[in-house]
Amino acid sequence: MAASLCGSRVKRREDPRFITGTGNYVADVTLPGMVYVKFVRSPYAHALIKSVDTSAAREVKGVLGVYTGADLKSKLGPVPCAWLVPTEPPIKVPEYRAVAVDKVRYVGDPVAVVVAESQGAAEEAAERVSVVYEPLPVVVDQEEAVKDGAPRLYDGIDRNTSFVWRLKGGDVESAFRQAEVVVKQRLVNQRLQPTAMETRAAVAEYDSARSEATLWITSQNPHIHRLLVSAMTGIPEQKLRVIAPDVGGGFGSKIQVYGFEAVVTLLSKELRRPVKWVETRSENYLSTIHGRAHVDYVELAAKRDGTILGLRVKTYANLGAYLTTAAPGVPTILFGIMLSGAYRIPAIECEVHGVLTNTAPVDAYRGAGRPEATYIVERMVDMLAHELGMDPVDVRLKNFIPKDKFPYTVATGLLYDSGNYEETLKKAMSLVGYHSLREEQRRLREQGRLMGIGVSTYVEVCGLGPSKVVRSTGFGLGLWDSAVVRVHPSGKVSVYTGAHPHGQGEETSFAQIAADELGVPFEDVEVVHGDTAMTPFGMGTYGSRTLPVAGMAIVGACRKVVEKAKKIAAGLLEAREEDVVWEHGKFYVRGAPAKYKTIQEVALASYTAENLPPGVEPGLEVTHFYDPTGFVFPFGAHICVVEVDRETGEVKIQKYVAVDDCGNQINPMLVEGQVHGGITQGLAQALYEEAVYDSQGNLLTQSLNDYALPTALEAPTYTTDYTVTPSPVTPLGVKGVGETGTIAATPAVVNAVVDALAHLGIKHLDMPLKPEKIWKAIRRAESEQTTTS
Amino acid sequence: MAVQKYSKVEPEENVRVSVKINGRVYAETVEARMLLIDFIRDVAKLKGSKIGCDTTSCGACTVIVNGRSVKSCTMFAFEADGAEILTVEGLSADDKLHPLQEAFWNNHALQCGYCTAGMLMSAYYLLKKNPHPTEEEIRKGLAGNICRCTGYINIIKAVKEAASKGGSA
Repeated sequence: MAASLCGSRVKRREDPRFITGTGNYVADVTLPGMVYVKFVRSPYAHALIKSVDTSAAREVKGVLGVYTGADLKSKLGPVPCAWLVPTEPPIKVPEYRAVAVDKVRYVGDPVAVVVAESQGAAEEAAERVSVVYEPLPVVVDQEEAVKDGAPRLYDGIDRNTSFVWRLKGGDVESAFRQAEVVVKQRLVNQRLQPTAMETRAAVAEYDSARSEATLWITSQNPHIHRLLVSAMTGIPEQKLRVIAPDVGGGFGSKIQVYGFEAVVTLLSKELRRPVKWVETRSENYLSTIHGRAHVDYVELAAKRDGTILGLRVKTYANLGAYLTTAAPGVPTILFGIMLSGAYRIPAIECEVHGVLTNTAPVDAYRGAGRPEATYIVERMVDMLAHELGMDPVDVRLKNFIPKDKFPYTVATGLLYDSGNYEETLKKAMSLVGYHSLREEQRRLREQGRLMGIGVSTYVEVCGLGPSKVVRSTGFGLGLWDSAVVRVHPSGKVSVYTGAHPHGQGEETSFAQIAADELGVPFEDVEVVHGDTAMTPFGMGTYGSRTLPVAGMAIVGACRKVVEKAKKIAAGLLEAREEDVVWEHGKFYVRGAPAKYKTIQEVALASYTAENLPPGVEPGLEVTHFYDPTGFVFPFGAHICVVEVDRETGEVKIQKYVAVDDCGNQINPMLVEGQVHGGITQGLAQALYEEAVYDSQGNLLTQSLNDYALPTALEAPTYTTDYTVTPSPVTPLGVKGVGETGTIAATPAVVNAVVDALAHLGIKHLDMPLKPEKIWKAIRRAESEQTTTS
Repeated sequence: MAVQKYSKVEPEENVRVSVKINGRVYAETVEARMLLIDFIRDVAKLKGSKIGCDTTSCGACTVIVNGRSVKSCTMFAFEADGAEILTVEGLSADDKLHPLQEAFWNNHALQCGYCTAGMLMSAYYLLKKNPHPTEEEIRKGLAGNICRCTGYINIIKAVKEAASKGGSA
C-alpha cells in the first residue's frame, strides 16, 4: 500500500528555483523593445491640480510619451471597487482614477505618467513634469474627518463617511442592563504597511496583429485582475492574458486592482511596445494599500463571576482616499462577524464608520478584519479578568463555546464548524508551564522585575466562502474556486488551480493531494497556477482560502477523474462497474486483486479510445468548480511571556508557545512555516510597526529605515504544537492556516506587556509598544503611586 | 583602486566596467550612475539577486565582492571594476547544491523566495568568516537581510545545519 502523502512533511518543489536564483518574478521579465514607465506623484495630500506642463519632460531624450490624468480619462474607465457592503443609506463610492484628474487626495496619488526608452530617462522626465497645485486643507485622522467642519475629500460625501455599517445579534440593551460589571476601552489598531519584499510591478505587451494583450503582474488573483483590467481598458476579457509568475509575497496587498495595471496595458497598446513598471519601495509605502487603521470604542458587559453578557463596538475605520478592491468588506464583514471570538457572547452590537481621509487607501492586510476583531475580544477579556481579579485563563475557560456545542451559531450569525478551545488552551498552558510561570511572576515582582504572561485564544473565519453568503455581503463575485485535473496519455498529471500561491507552497501541497487522490507518484504531478491562458477562472489566494476552497476543488476534480477511470477500467477488466474496486492507483474486480489495471493504463486506454464503454468520452480530464457549503474556523491558543526592562521600557519576548488547530494538515512543515511567519508579523504590530502620517498627510515611514520590521535579531524562537479537530465542511477535514499567527500573536504580546505592568496600575497601552511609550507609562505610574502613598 | 580611477566621473558619463561574476568576465560600457545590482541584473542578466528597497535596508541584493558581502545597491558598477563577484547563481557547482542551499531547502527556510538570494549570500559570508557560529552570531550575521515570510527561525536553523555540514566551503 502506498504511504499517504497527505500529512507528510514533503520538501517544497518550489525551492530549487529560488535557492538557485532562477525564479521568475515580474521585475525579471524582459522583452525586446521594452520601454519603461515612471509615475509622477503628488507631494500634496489634498490639492487641486491647476495645470500640468509636460513640455520639458517631452524634451528629455528617449521619452515616448507623457500622459496626464486628463489625457487618460477618456481611454481608461475608473478603478472599480468590488465589495459594496450593504448599508443604509447605501455605501458612497468615490470616483477612483488610475491617474488623478482634477484633484489629488493623498501624497503619492499619481498625476502623470511618463514612458521612455530607459528607466533613467523616464525618471529624469518625471522630474521635469511641472504641476501647479492649489493646496487644500488636509485630514488624515478618521475621528477628525467625521467632525463638523473637517476638510471634505469629495462633494456629496458628508463627513467623509462612505458608509455606516451595523450588525446586531441578541438583546444588547438587556445584556448591559443585567451587567454587574462593564469594562470600557478605546483601542487603537494602528495603520500598518504590508511590505511584501517584492514591490508591485507590471509588464504589458500588446500584440496588435492579434488584438491581444499579455499582462505580467504581481497578483494574488490573476483572473480578478483580468476581469477588472478588461473592464477599465475595454480589451475584451478573452483577449487579455494575465500572468502572475513567481510573486514575492502579498499579505493582501496584491489582491487589489490599483490602476497601474490598466495604465501599462493601455500604453502598450498605444505605443505598440512592451511597457514595464516596477515600483520603488518608497512608492510602495506611499501608494500600495495599508492595513488595519481602526479606532475602536469597546464596552464589555459581564457578571462578577466572569460570565460575559454582551459586547458593544463602535469603530472608526480609516479607508484612505479611495475605496480599493476589497476595502469596504475588511472593516465590516471580515471584522464585525468575528467579534464573538471563541466565546459564548449572547449579545453583540457593532457599528462601523468607514471614513475617507487624505492617506493611502486601506484594504486587506494579512488577517484583514479578523486580527482587529480578535484584538478587541482578547484585550477586553483580559481587562475583564483584571477588573474582577480573576486569572485571564479562568475567564476564558468560563466563556468558551464548549466542544460538544458544535456546530455553533454565534450572536453575529456565523456558524462555527468545529472546535475544542479548551483543549488548545490547556495544551498551551502545559507547554509553557503556566502555573509555575505565575509563581515566578510573583517572585520577580517582589524583586521589582516586570514579567508578564499574555494569553490569546483566537478563532478565525476562513475558507472564503460560500458564494451565496459572500454575495449577500455585497462581494462582486462568488467565492468558489476551480481546478482542472488532466491525466496525460503517459499517466502523468497536470493540475491547474484557480488559486495563486505566492510563498505558501501549494505547488507542493496540492501535488500531495492529487497524488493521494489519484494514486500516482508525487513526482508525476505538476501544479500549474498564475496564468489565465492555462488555468480555469479562479478567485485567487487570500483569506486562508487556498487549501479549504481551491484545494477542495482539486479533490473534487480528482474524484471525478477516478469515477470516469473506473468506468473505463470496468471495460478493460470486462466487469460491471459496480464490481470494480479502486485502491491506490489500481482498479480490480472485487475478490481478484491480482489482476488489475493501473490508473496509468486506464489513462492510456482513455486516449486510444477504441474500447471505451458506451457513453464514455475519450480523454481523462476533469474541470471542477467547488463552492464551499460553509466557512471553516481554525482556532488556537497562544501564550507569550515577556520581561519589560524597567529602566528602558524595552520588551523582551522570553517564551512564545503556539498551539493551533487547522483541522487535518496536508503538509505540517508548510503549516509550521505559516504559523512562524504569521506570529512574527503579529508581534511586529504589537511591538514595532506603525505607519505614521504628519498632520499635512506626509508619510513619515516612507522607507525601510523608518518603518520598523523585525529582523533575525528580534524574532523569538517559537514552541509550536497542534491539536486536530477536522472540519466537517471540507472533504479532507482541512481548515486554513495562512493568517492564524497574525491574528493570534498581536493580542498575546500586548496582553503580556500589559500584564507585566498591571500591578503598577497600568490597564492598557496602545500599540506599537515601543520602549519610549512603555518607559513613560512606567514613570507616570510610579509618580502617581508616590503621590497617592 | 577603481574608485580612485573614476573619482571625477559625472553621473551620465560612460565608463568601462569589467567584472568577473561567478567565474565569467562581463565587460560593458555603462553610465557611471549605474548601480552594481543593475549591472548584475541587466548587463550580466543574472536575475537571481533582487531589489527590495531604495535605501540599502533589505539585503535582497547581497552579493560577495572580492570576498566580502556587499549590498550591491550601495555600490556603483564602476566601483566594482576589476572585482570578482559571487552571486546566488554561482553558489552551486556542477549541478550540486551548496550545503547552504540544501539546508535552506531541508528546513523550509524560504517561502516567497524573494529575499532568499540575499539571505543565502549573507549566510555564505558569515560561514566563511566564522564556520561554526553560535545562534546569536547567526542572528547578527543575518540582521541586514529582511524576510517578511518565514519569521527567521527556519533560516537560522538552516544556517546551523549548513555549518554542521561544512557549509563554509
